[in-house]
Amino acid sequence: MKGDHHMILRVIAKCLIPLIVIYAFYVQFHGEVGPGGAFQAGVIIAVALILYALVFGLTATMRAVPPWFTRSLAAVGVMIYAGVGFWALLSGGDYLEYQALFGEPPGEHHGQHAGIIIIEIGVLCAVSGAMTTIFYALAGRVAEIRDEDW
Amino acid sequence: MTEVMIGGTGTALINILFLAILFVVALAIARLRSLFAIVMLSGVYSLVSAAWYILVDAVDVGFTEAAVGAGMSTAVLLGAMLLTARTAKPEKPLKRIGPFIVCLVTGVMLIYGSIDLPALGDATSPANAGVGLTYLQINWFDTGVPNVVTSVLASYRGFDTLGETAVVFTAGLAVALLLGFGERSLAETLRKQPKAAPRPAASNTDGGAA
Repeated sequence: MKGDHHMILRVIAKCLIPLIVIYAFYVQFHGEVGPGGAFQAGVIIAVALILYALVFGLTATMRAVPPWFTRSLAAVGVMIYAGVGFWALLSGGDYLEYQALFGEPPGEHHGQHAGIIIIEIGVLCAVSGAMTTIFYALAGRVAEIRDEDW
Repeated sequence: MTEVMIGGTGTALINILFLAILFVVALAIARLRSLFAIVMLSGVYSLVSAAWYILVDAVDVGFTEAAVGAGMSTAVLLGAMLLTARTAKPEKPLKRIGPFIVCLVTGVMLIYGSIDLPALGDATSPANAGVGLTYLQINWFDTGVPNVVTSVLASYRGFDTLGETAVVFTAGLAVALLLGFGERSLAETLRKQPKAAPRPAASNTDGGAA
């Protein structure tokens, strides 16, 4: 983190990281019509964070996105997913039966769309949170990644 | 699209090229001792196999391989590599015979099994004719989602995906419980540089706004 020989790397990374995150959300919300989905989007968001950590250091990353946040995010994601199942139960259907969310007859798709979008948000939170937690756990063992380590 | 289904000469050549690259990379990984080079080459292996998956029309699998195999696992392996030695220990030549025989037998069994596999894009294969065809026929009326992969993953097999999400969460939890959350090293680094003014924690998750 000293000296100027990482300047190009840092400038390029600063330009790239927002694009990576936007691409992750594109993958997330176009999962209905294209390849990809919440699993891939969650991994891409985690990779953006890891790129930030590799270029700017783990301490800065942990200040921006604290570890308690990532592990809570992973848990909240699973709860969102499971919550949709209980929502369907309370609406009178089976567990995770999206058709029952709004009590629609077969052929109506609002419940399906809402259910899929909500569970995909849950998967996004769970995957990105868990992946970042794993990275923090591994990278947190060494104080700072030095140039000689490569 | 149709060319891939039929499998013309050009597609076959590109297939052979990709598989040859995979073979060479795998050989290089087996022979190298430097862990950094091995981690990087395994990323290359994932990227090439992702391109090959897309060539055989498994777009979702290729995407996942590129994101998880080439992106995430390379980064995690690099992080793990920093905790250990930089080179693998050289082993005795006699010890290589056992793994070699296991690989040989497994490879022969896989090739023997692949003789019975249906051809790529075969409309009468069990995967295309049975439950897959049914999903394609009833999906639009049931869910109204254009991408059948999404509707199968999220709606028809929502239980499976819930289980997978729980598995990912459990994996993160297990690693964190074994290795710690990484906060101790952060606190140590902060104690070593007391002059660094602590900035207020940003509430956004993207980390790109800084």
